[in-house]
Amino acid sequence: MSKRLLVGVFESEDDTLAAIRASRQRNFKIVDVYTPYAVHGVEEAMGLAPSRIPWVVFALGVLGGGLKVWFEFWTTAVDWPVNVGGKPFNSLPAFVPVTFEVMVLFAAVGAVLSFFFVCRLYPAKRAVLPVAGVTDNRFAVVLEQTDSTFEPAEVQKMFEKLHAVHVEEQITGEVA
Amino acid sequence: MAEAAIALPQPLIEGDKSIAQVTHDVCAPMEARPTALWWVALLISSSFLLLGAAAIAYQISVGVGTWGLNRTVGWAFDITNFVFWIGIGHAGTLISAILFLFRQRWRTSVNRAAEAMTIFAVMCAGIFPVIHTGRPWFAYWMFPYPNTRGPLWVNFRSPLVWDFFAISTYFTVSAMFWFIGMLPDLATIRDRATAKWRRKLAGVLSLGWNGSYRAWQRYEVVYLMLAGLGTPLVISVHTIVSWDFATAVLPGWHATIFPPYFVAGAIFSGMAMVLTLMIIARKLMHLEDYITIRHIDRMCKLVITTSAIVGLAYGTEFFTALYSGSSYEQFVFLNRALGPLFWGYWTMVGCNVFVPQLLWFRRVRTNVPAVFTICILVNVGMWFERFIIIVTSLSRDFIPANWFHYAPTRVEVATLLGSFGLFFTLFLLFCRFIPVIAVAEVKGVLKYGKPRLESAHE
Repeated sequence: MSKRLLVGVFESEDDTLAAIRASRQRNFKIVDVYTPYAVHGVEEAMGLAPSRIPWVVFALGVLGGGLKVWFEFWTTAVDWPVNVGGKPFNSLPAFVPVTFEVMVLFAAVGAVLSFFFVCRLYPAKRAVLPVAGVTDNRFAVVLEQTDSTFEPAEVQKMFEKLHAVHVEEQITGEVA
Repeated sequence: MAEAAIALPQPLIEGDKSIAQVTHDVCAPMEARPTALWWVALLISSSFLLLGAAAIAYQISVGVGTWGLNRTVGWAFDITNFVFWIGIGHAGTLISAILFLFRQRWRTSVNRAAEAMTIFAVMCAGIFPVIHTGRPWFAYWMFPYPNTRGPLWVNFRSPLVWDFFAISTYFTVSAMFWFIGMLPDLATIRDRATAKWRRKLAGVLSLGWNGSYRAWQRYEVVYLMLAGLGTPLVISVHTIVSWDFATAVLPGWHATIFPPYFVAGAIFSGMAMVLTLMIIARKLMHLEDYITIRHIDRMCKLVITTSAIVGLAYGTEFFTALYSGSSYEQFVFLNRALGPLFWGYWTMVGCNVFVPQLLWFRRVRTNVPAVFTICILVNVGMWFERFIIIVTSLSRDFIPANWFHYAPTRVEVATLLGSFGLFFTLFLLFCRFIPVIAVAEVKGVLKYGKPRLESAHE
């Protein structure tokens, strides 16, 4: 299915934020915003829901730590107990350091992999930029032209009033 | 207006840079041909690397007899170098993770290079325990995998096994942190590259990053998560390194002060190494506007703070030993200060406690050659700290009949020089192929300390 998009290109974060707020006020559907760096306040302006990655990280940390405690107990006290200096086979306090490290490892690897997964980032993926320069010095606000009440000319004027350097219409879905 | 400007904090980046200028300033030196100075530096450091590689090949093929170790001193050069390099790495994590959590925004100019330093230092550190095992081809036995020897598992009560887990986790997390931080910059390189191979390579590595804010939002979350995990991790790593010593019942090692003492010392030496590298990098890559005198000043303050902690720890452990009533403890510390290695002990105290006192003066902190010299001396002092702790405790222990002196052989010295060669070779390659400054992060702090103009469009 093809989508008609309207892309407003800006050159400062303040203009971009103003454009996002104005678009939201008029109930336009913001497909995405492209920025060269993490602009603070865009999240609230776009009304994005908070990321759920921290929960994944927490769950994996608990899982990693739990599995490691069990593994240390099983190897040293169950599978092949070895008497080391008369220490108890189940030396729980001595298991703490490695448990901590494995917990951190699971949580950190989980954070990164879940980030790649939800953002669909993978090696050699072809980057699709709305306009050139969004990884350098351009900010882009991409709106979807949802229905006939969306007047591209009017929105273009709104963007230009907010100092857009360039506004263009794009159609996606038909061409790759 | 003038008063309002005074109330503002000092800007982090010098010169009125536009966003595009930041991209250009950092990326252009990479796209130009390397300078003659860079080639000379690479030639020197890779020669040292080759020397180290030859030394390692020789000692592995001939055996551990090529080291100066004896039955009394079983740990010396390798372990000193290992602790030294691991410590260097810790300042990178301090800058990238701890200062991030404390919202120290000046870190943006130095974090990329500091994290690179961490990764290279951990690589250098990793070499030493592996060759120190004596049979490095069995190093994988450290990993608890089901094996045909029983399965005989590793001893999870041993600090050496903790160390294996700590170092490998630390390396993995640091490398991921570095890569995630680099992702937007790799996309910038990809989109501005004119050379085909550079566009291809950056295209593969940048994972299709396109600056979408939905990705940025999660990126920020993941960055915060990694910083939050990295902070306790870095403290745990050097704590565990110190347990390698503290869990042994040897006078001079068996002390509860070791974990905080080692962590502070690690950050101290690492901060000095970051400053050394930054002073070189800002000159070589012309980044004086990004790594300003104010950055150097702040890092110097961290050096003097950690120096004070280290100095306090030296005093505390000496006092505790004398006050302990244990004649062995008392002897070890008097032997450190007055025994055959007294010159090493006083090098350590002089370089780590007395020399950094100069940094109390702003004129010293803003004098780049002076800071550079102090940092080199701190690194010398911190290397001697580990050497003194390890060698003095072992060479003269409980029974005088067992006492024996230790001196490194040429092979051991060559291995140490080789690790410096590896470190600087990797750092020089990093300067050429990866943006030395986190472009996307610096863009976010450009306005810091600048008066906010009502309309920038007149």
